Amino acid sequence: MGGRRYVIRKIMQALATLVFILLFNFFLFRIMPSDPVKLLTKGKGVQLTQGAQEQLIIDLGLDKPVLPISLRPLALHADNQLFQYVGDTLTGDFGPSLLFQGRSVVDVFLTALWPTLLLVGGATILMTIIGLYLGIRGGWSRGSRLDTGSMGFSLLFYSMPDFWLAMMLLVLFSTYLGWFPSGGYSTPNADLSGLAHIVDVMNHLFLPIVTLTVGYLGEYYLIMRSSLLDVLGEEYITTVRAKGIREDSVLWGHAVRNALLPTISQIALGFGFILGGAITVELVFSYPGLGLLTIQALDSQDFRLLQGLFLFASVAVLLSNLAADLLYSWFDPRVKEA
Amino acid sequence: MATLAEPASPPITPRSPKAVARERRKISRHRFWSIYRKSVMGMAGLAILIVFVLMALLAPLLVSSTGLDVTKVSGPALSPPSWAYPLGTDNQGRSVLTLIIWGSRISLLIGLLAATVSMVVGSVLGILAGYRGGMIDTALMRLTDWFLVLPWVALMIVLAAILGQSLTIIVLVIGLTSWAWTARLVRSQTLSVRERPFVERVKGLGSSDSRIMIRHVLPNVLPVIIAQTILSVALAILAESTLSFIGLGDPLRVSWGQTLEQAFDTGAVTLGAWWWIGAPGVCIVLLVLAFTMCSTALEEIFNPRLRQR
Amino acid sequence: MSVLEVRDLEIDYATSVGPVPAVRGVSFDIEEGEVLGLAGESGCGKSTIGLGLLRLLPRGAQTRGRIVLGGHDILAMSPNDLGAVRWTEGSIIFQGAQHALDPVIRVGDQIVEALATHKIADGKEADSRAASLLERVGLPPRRASDFPHEFSGGQKQRVMIAMALACEPKLVIADEPTTALDVMVQAQVLALLAELQRDMGLSMLFITHDLSVLAEVSDRVAVMYAGRIVEAGPAAQVFTDPRHPYTQALAGSFPTIGDESDLQTPVGLDGDPPDPRELPTGCTFHPRCAQAQARCKETDPPPVAFAPDRVATCVLLEPETASVARTTP
Repeated sequence: MGGRRYVIRKIMQALATLVFILLFNFFLFRIMPSDPVKLLTKGKGVQLTQGAQEQLIIDLGLDKPVLPISLRPLALHADNQLFQYVGDTLTGDFGPSLLFQGRSVVDVFLTALWPTLLLVGGATILMTIIGLYLGIRGGWSRGSRLDTGSMGFSLLFYSMPDFWLAMMLLVLFSTYLGWFPSGGYSTPNADLSGLAHIVDVMNHLFLPIVTLTVGYLGEYYLIMRSSLLDVLGEEYITTVRAKGIREDSVLWGHAVRNALLPTISQIALGFGFILGGAITVELVFSYPGLGLLTIQALDSQDFRLLQGLFLFASVAVLLSNLAADLLYSWFDPRVKEA
Repeated sequence: MATLAEPASPPITPRSPKAVARERRKISRHRFWSIYRKSVMGMAGLAILIVFVLMALLAPLLVSSTGLDVTKVSGPALSPPSWAYPLGTDNQGRSVLTLIIWGSRISLLIGLLAATVSMVVGSVLGILAGYRGGMIDTALMRLTDWFLVLPWVALMIVLAAILGQSLTIIVLVIGLTSWAWTARLVRSQTLSVRERPFVERVKGLGSSDSRIMIRHVLPNVLPVIIAQTILSVALAILAESTLSFIGLGDPLRVSWGQTLEQAFDTGAVTLGAWWWIGAPGVCIVLLVLAFTMCSTALEEIFNPRLRQR
Repeated sequence: MSVLEVRDLEIDYATSVGPVPAVRGVSFDIEEGEVLGLAGESGCGKSTIGLGLLRLLPRGAQTRGRIVLGGHDILAMSPNDLGAVRWTEGSIIFQGAQHALDPVIRVGDQIVEALATHKIADGKEADSRAASLLERVGLPPRRASDFPHEFSGGQKQRVMIAMALACEPKLVIADEPTTALDVMVQAQVLALLAELQRDMGLSMLFITHDLSVLAEVSDRVAVMYAGRIVEAGPAAQVFTDPRHPYTQALAGSFPTIGDESDLQTPVGLDGDPPDPRELPTGCTFHPRCAQAQARCKETDPPPVAFAPDRVATCVLLEPETASVARTTP
């Protein structure tokens, strides 16, 4: 396969982006205007003695120089905050969480990972299938009732804050109708197992996943639709039609195949938005995933945890982009030669 | 080879170039409006926009701001919509309608200011990258791609959490994290403008690069910038409401997002106070929708390829 | 019997300002084994005719009149029947072929698709047919497994030609087949087309804005202006003895090989073709016509058969043929 050069280039670019993300993350959390120790202890009713404060600074490595090189005095520092941060990050050591005393950031993170995977993963699959299908159908019969309907739906939900949609669904389906639980991952202390547990989890997942799917579905539809319209205007589609190919083969065999390519990378770029949406949606449904954890870290000023979460989100988007690029090279023969 | 004539440029009448340009602009403004007027979507969006802008500007005349002060209001708490309180009241007895009218000011202001910041940064970087090309282009586009990868909402949350909460900071946080899409779009448009023969001609006449960028490239990419900026306003309004809802808004100013935050925090969901939650949300949706519709209508005018479809 | 019979063809495009006429009453025939050249400036409606013959125009375009291709009344057919007629009765070679081949499908498979759709061949047999078609147009058969982007412009055009011949159509519509190619390659592709036409006895509609190409390949020529045929006749006669002022202007700018004076004094044509949304009154050519008279502004001249097998639409030709009945070209 001739696409190896392309794949290697994409991986190198992703690595460069990773370096940027790491550096960005490092400096982002060091531009805090206030004293980190005060921030770390603020609002916890903790009064630290002078000695304890110094100990904390040493524990956090904040006594070390920030960068490996300093100008005044000109010196190199083998032991510095940047190197330590990069080293710690690469070995998966994010230190202890302040919010959850006695647990490490990684431990806290892993507990919240599964619910978010379930929510974001499920919603992504749903919105991809529904959104792309509507986009294909809508673009193919532009101006049809399905198309204008989907267009209106997309514009409406695109303009809607997802946390608001979440609250309205909760008011209607939980408070008034009582069809769904008001939040959480599963019924607390219910001690269910097997199928009953799965049903319980699904029951809790339903409204959050609907919110996220409906909220971001429109973008998938719009991207697919416009990409398909672009392709339908291409000359080769006229050639295919001239050959007497049946219309649905023109659509699925030629137009969709070509239109999916640009859609893949656009969708990958949009993944960051879905992650962002998960933050507020999880907050409204008090769904114990990474989004809710982000809010908790924020409220308790646990910047260490926040930093880890932000790093994770950035890397997740980076990886989804890389995956899209690789998928692209797999599907598009033109990439293989270059 | 004898080839039939392809369309030539129209004959040039001896008039000062400035007069010609002015005339042309007047005609295109006229034509623009006559096309825009036909767009149902564009006109509907514009109508909603005008209503909200008037509401924001005339807020002091419509209702007194004392209705925002919890110590000075005397209404019943959590009352559903009634004649006295058309949109009901919140848990402190404030009229939700008052909150909405005053909140429109902050939501609109932050939306417009943040979109302006984003537009300026995005356009400058986009034109610079597209026009200069080479190393500058590569470097700027790398930076843009990196910013596109950073998850936007998470980035805003982190920045707002670190930098603090004031109107200026919220505007800067939203504006400085959302320019990447504009930069990309403006760059690709600039690339196509740069290829047009007139740029070469002006260059031959000895114009400096910065002059060409401002006098010749900018006017030609302006349509794209305008359509994108209007869309940015929509995004910025959504972003403001999200930040406020999370509790990262300016605590001293009433905005729609902040009203929603207070409603959520005080359990309006379990209390079933749908009016308190519903009204600010409907306003956000309408305002964002209005900007989105205007932007879509503009894009259809500026991008004839879309219009033909 | 004629392979193609077109009568009073009118085509309007749908635009935001309402229907705009692109083709305004065009009639012509193509006999078996004949090559008809259709010439005109860009925007005169010639490519619209090419696409309209197989009903390939964008949605919203209105087609009126009569098109009979290989005995099928094209405009009266159901979409299903039309699918069977496309490519078997008439195929199209598109402009330059730069974008006319599906970029993500191997060229062999694109040819096979045509064969399979029309149940001419499938499986191994279709593959070998595709390979031999490629060979026929001068490409190595193994290239069937390559993608379009792996071919040069001229090679893509060869693939396009091979594909157009796959179902042995009665008529091949060549729509500016050499336009996007460079001069050397143009000549090669043109020679290939001429050779195939001769060997296979193809009937062709050859659409181009390049008159020198038409002189080489066509038996008869029809010159279009603003959606109408303004002059038609045997190729040699039209070029050496043009009678419509428009054709005269074109032929004047067309160098006759060996005639030095022609090269030195090309008769230019001022102005642009008219905007189809605002056609001039009377004869649509009168604003650019060197011989325009007062009546040209008012009367749109009918086709005049001023000599055997020659037709032109110009008032200047009327006096000498006043008694000749109107005929279609």
